[in-house]
Amino acid sequence: MEKHKIVFSGSGGQGVITAAVILAEAAVIYENLHAVQTQSYGPEARGGATRSDVVISDTQINYPKVTHPNLLVCLTQESYNKYSNIVLPGGLIITDPRHVVPNVNSDSIIKELPLYDTVMEKLGNQIVLNVCMLGAVIKILPVLKPESVLKAVIDRVNPKFKDLNTKAFQLGYDMVKK
Amino acid sequence: MEGKVKFVQGNEACVEGALYAGCNFFAGYPITPSTEVAELLASRLPKGGGKFIQMEDEIASMCAIIGASLTGSKTLTATSGPGFSLKQEALGYAIMAEIPCVIVNVQRGGPSTGNPTHVAQSDVMQARWGTHGDHSIVAMTASNIQDIFEITIDAFNIAETFRTPVILLFDEVVGHMREKLVIPEQGKIPVIERLRTSVPPGTDYHPYLPRTDGRLPMSDFGGEHRYNVTGLFHDMWGFPSEKPELVHNLMRHLIDKIDTHPNQICKTKQYFLDDAETVLVSYGASARTAMEVMNYSRERERKVGLLELQTLWPFPRETVAKYCDQAKRVIVVEMNMGQVMEQVKASVKYPNHVFLCNRYDGTLINVDDVKNVLRVIEGRGF
Repeated sequence: MEKHKIVFSGSGGQGVITAAVILAEAAVIYENLHAVQTQSYGPEARGGATRSDVVISDTQINYPKVTHPNLLVCLTQESYNKYSNIVLPGGLIITDPRHVVPNVNSDSIIKELPLYDTVMEKLGNQIVLNVCMLGAVIKILPVLKPESVLKAVIDRVNPKFKDLNTKAFQLGYDMVKK
Repeated sequence: MEGKVKFVQGNEACVEGALYAGCNFFAGYPITPSTEVAELLASRLPKGGGKFIQMEDEIASMCAIIGASLTGSKTLTATSGPGFSLKQEALGYAIMAEIPCVIVNVQRGGPSTGNPTHVAQSDVMQARWGTHGDHSIVAMTASNIQDIFEITIDAFNIAETFRTPVILLFDEVVGHMREKLVIPEQGKIPVIERLRTSVPPGTDYHPYLPRTDGRLPMSDFGGEHRYNVTGLFHDMWGFPSEKPELVHNLMRHLIDKIDTHPNQICKTKQYFLDDAETVLVSYGASARTAMEVMNYSRERERKVGLLELQTLWPFPRETVAKYCDQAKRVIVVEMNMGQVMEQVKASVKYPNHVFLCNRYDGTLINVDDVKNVLRVIEGRGF
């Protein structure tokens, strides 16, 4: 397989680091692949620009950070402005139009998905926004089986919220039309 | 390796290694980027009958693990630069009183409060000479999650074998990075238990009289034997003494017990060194970048090898000399101003063949950083 380099970015508290951890964990635990997850963050607990990198490969991964991702997720305008220019030419950028106005002259493929509005309308709880985003990511870039990622989601969340997260994942997956 | 598979941070792998080695006491004052070590042990230790104490500061934490170790526990504390500075005085006490314990320093940028959430490897010399007086010290490091687990077990084993504090010098990148960890069944990796005295209670016990193999059997303090413990030079009962021959012999013992066992203490990993014209010497997170550059170079038929250091103190001079002396050039890849480079220079036959490739801005040294330095040194331009 090709080495996949994915960057999740947004604001602290949106769950971008959790999403990155779940994706990498699914690769290691359920698909026996190599995966490394790293993060960069500032001293604040909420707010501020947050970024988490995931590398997934079937061979050993040495350098753990992502310099040029083939997929970038931006959940805030700030993170889009900061990171959109590091994407590989022809790479993918996923944004939520509620928060991000993308640059039309980009040489990346931009997928605008109404993640926030859909989650609020269908589930009424923005806490699962990141899991919905993961569902969409795995449909757009089928690097792992969706079942593996969903299993990793369920491993990580409180059993009380299993149904909510499963619905959110499915919502994201179905949002992307192939 | 078979065992339980987990996907964890380096700090969590360190916790798993400590528990595997039998750590049953932690005292600390949480600090970024080592906080997860304390956080996880606060939850895990009490469940297994161990003790977790959040102390009032770093000095007290270091003193608490020394005291608890004397009473028979396997003890750990975790900190970062500013806390490591505060622990230095008590670290010296543990060296002098020969008390096994493990100190984790997940390195961040310094001096002072520096760059709390970002990576550095700039406490290498502090680990060596942070506490005053002549002494030996053991400091170890690792570049991936599995190695962090295993080196943490090594740290406890060395601490018990040599009755010494052992420092684990990790860095922010490996501490926070998540990767696969396989935890083997208990017993697969040897764990060294404390050597306790066989002298019966009520009989004269000499806590500081080494056996012929150099080891000193311990007795849990407050238990069956009465003895003294001090930071002053002391006799075989532990009572202060300033007799010159006693001072001389104790200093000799403290240095020799570490420095004469490089085979047991000095760990390195070697990659493509047999025919290497360029040897990269690195450790911790930097070694991952060096490894990437080595693979890139080998794919282009350039003879680049990597010597990864896992023991930084005592410095593995002989291994470094063995592989570097036969190379045309040596590049030390590290995230400080050349702290290990100076040691490499002091170890090799041709110090002017040793170059530094470093980064000290809080970001992980990247593949281009190393490639650029390599090209310039090989005379191929920037």
